Amino acid sequence: MTQTPHISVQHLNVHIANQQILKDISINIPDKKVTSIIGPSGCGKTTLLKTFNRLLDNTAGIKITGKVLVDNEDIYDPAAEVTHIRKKMGLLSQRPYPLPMSIYDNVAYGPRIHGTREKAELDQLVEEQLKATGLWNEVKDRLNTSASRLSIGQQQRLCLARGLAVGPEIILGDESTSALDPVSTAIIEDLFISLKEKYTIVLVTHILRQARRVSDYIIFVYMGKIIEFGPTEEVLLNPKQELTKEYVKGYIS
Amino acid sequence: MRRRKLEELFFRSLMVLSTVIVGGSFFLIVGTIFYKGAPYMNLDMITKIPGGGFYIGKEGGVLNAIIGSIYVAGGATVLGLLISIPVAIFINMYMDGKKFLSNTLRMAYDVLFGIPSIVYGAFGFLIMVYFGIRASLLGGIIAVTLLVIPILVRTLDEVIRTVPGELRDAALSLGATRWETAKVVLRQIRPGIFTAILLSFGRAVGDVASVMFTAGFSDNIPTSLHQPAATLPLAIFFQLGSAVDEVQGRGYASALILTIIVLIITILAELLIKKFSKFRN
Repeated sequence: MTQTPHISVQHLNVHIANQQILKDISINIPDKKVTSIIGPSGCGKTTLLKTFNRLLDNTAGIKITGKVLVDNEDIYDPAAEVTHIRKKMGLLSQRPYPLPMSIYDNVAYGPRIHGTREKAELDQLVEEQLKATGLWNEVKDRLNTSASRLSIGQQQRLCLARGLAVGPEIILGDESTSALDPVSTAIIEDLFISLKEKYTIVLVTHILRQARRVSDYIIFVYMGKIIEFGPTEEVLLNPKQELTKEYVKGYIS
Repeated sequence: MRRRKLEELFFRSLMVLSTVIVGGSFFLIVGTIFYKGAPYMNLDMITKIPGGGFYIGKEGGVLNAIIGSIYVAGGATVLGLLISIPVAIFINMYMDGKKFLSNTLRMAYDVLFGIPSIVYGAFGFLIMVYFGIRASLLGGIIAVTLLVIPILVRTLDEVIRTVPGELRDAALSLGATRWETAKVVLRQIRPGIFTAILLSFGRAVGDVASVMFTAGFSDNIPTSLHQPAATLPLAIFFQLGSAVDEVQGRGYASALILTIIVLIITILAELLIKKFSKFRN
C-alpha cells in the first residue's frame, strides 16, 4: 500500500434524516487497482460508493461532512463543479439502465453533452468503447436500433461502454453483476480485471467469491464503519478483526 | 368450503356484470348517437358553415364548430403542455429534499383537477374582462388551458414518477446537468406525454361550460385569435334544444362528428404511444 491513492476519504460522515449511515470513514483507494467494498446488506457500502461521485447530493435530508479527495481535489468543496467530478467516474449500477435511445446514441450521449459534435470523432469513440467492452461484433450491424432490445448482459456492457466514453479515470460498480447470468457475470468480471490497467476501479459486492476473483484490495464495512482494509488475500483468508472473520465465514450477513 | 366457493362465484359475477355495464353503455351511447345522427349526416355537415341562421336552420353544416373546437382544444393542449411539462419536471427533479413543498404543490393541482369547468369558464372570463379581451378564440383557449393544465400536470407527474431513479443516476453520473437529465427523462416518458395529450384533448374538445362565456358564438370560421369561435359542444347544445326534429337530428349528427374526432385522436395517440415505446427499457 505504498501506492499513491486516487481517492482519499477523510473523516467522512453521512447522515440521512437523522440517521448516521457512515461513521468517520477514512480510507485511501489505490490508483489503478480493483478495490472491493464488502459487507452485509444495509451496512452503508453503496452509500460510500455514491459519495465518490456525489450521487447522494439530491437525496432528501442528507448531510455530509468530511472530505473526499479525488486527485487531491476535495469534491465536496462548494466551489467544485459537480458535473466535472462525475465525468471523472463511470458508474455501473445493479441493473443496466440504458438511456431511452439507440445503441449508438447511448455511447455517444456522454461525449455529446461534454461538447463533442464531430460525427467522425463520435463514430470512432463509439466503436472504440464498444470494442473495449467486447460488444462491437455483436452490435455493429444494428447500432441504430433501440438499446433496450439487447440482452441484459449486453445492456450492462453497453452501460459500461457509455461510462467509458466520457473518458473517466475511475469506474464505480454497484453490485454490477447481481442481475446477470453467470456467463455475463464472468464477462463483466474479466472486463474489470483488464480495465484496471487504465482505470481505478471500486466495486461494491456481496459476493465474496467475486471480490476474491477480481479485486486487489478489500474494504470491509460493518454498520457504517470501516472494520478492515487490506490486500484481498489478507482480508479474506487471514482477517485481523474478529468481525471480518465472522463475516467471511458467513456468520454475519 | 361451500362458503368460499359462493364468495368466489359472487365476486366473479359482480366483476362480469360491471364489465358488461361499462362495455354495454359504450355501445349504447355510440349506438344511440349513430342511430339518431346518421340519417342527418351528409357531406354538407362537415364541409359547410351553418345556413339559415345560427344553427337553428336546416341548411349547411357545422364546419365552423368543428374547426373552432379543434382550434380551441388543440391550442389549449399545446399551451397547456408548454406550462405543464416544466411544472412536472420541476416538482420531480428540482425539488428533491423539499417534500413539504412538492406535496403541497401536488395537493394544489389535485384540487384544481376537481374544480368544475364552469369555474374555469368564469375565471377565464374574469381574466378576459381584466385584459379587455372580448369573447373570442383566444378567450376560449385561455379558459380551456386553465381547465387542462391540472389534467396534464397530474398525468405527467405520475409518469415521471415511474421513471426509475437509476436512469437519472445514469445520466447524472455521465456528468449531465439537471436539465440534461430531465431531457433524458422526457425521452423516456414520451409515450406518457401522448397519453396526457390524449386525455387533455379529449376533455378540452368536449367541454361546454368553459367555452360558453369565453369563446363566444359565430357562424363563421375564425380567421384570427380575436374573433369569436363556435365549438361543437355548444353547437350540439343549441341544436338539441330546438323543437324542430330535423335540427335536433342535426344535433345528434354533430355529436357523432365530435365522437369521431375523439376517436381519431385516440387512435393517433395510441399509434404514437406504440411508436415511442420501442426505445424504452
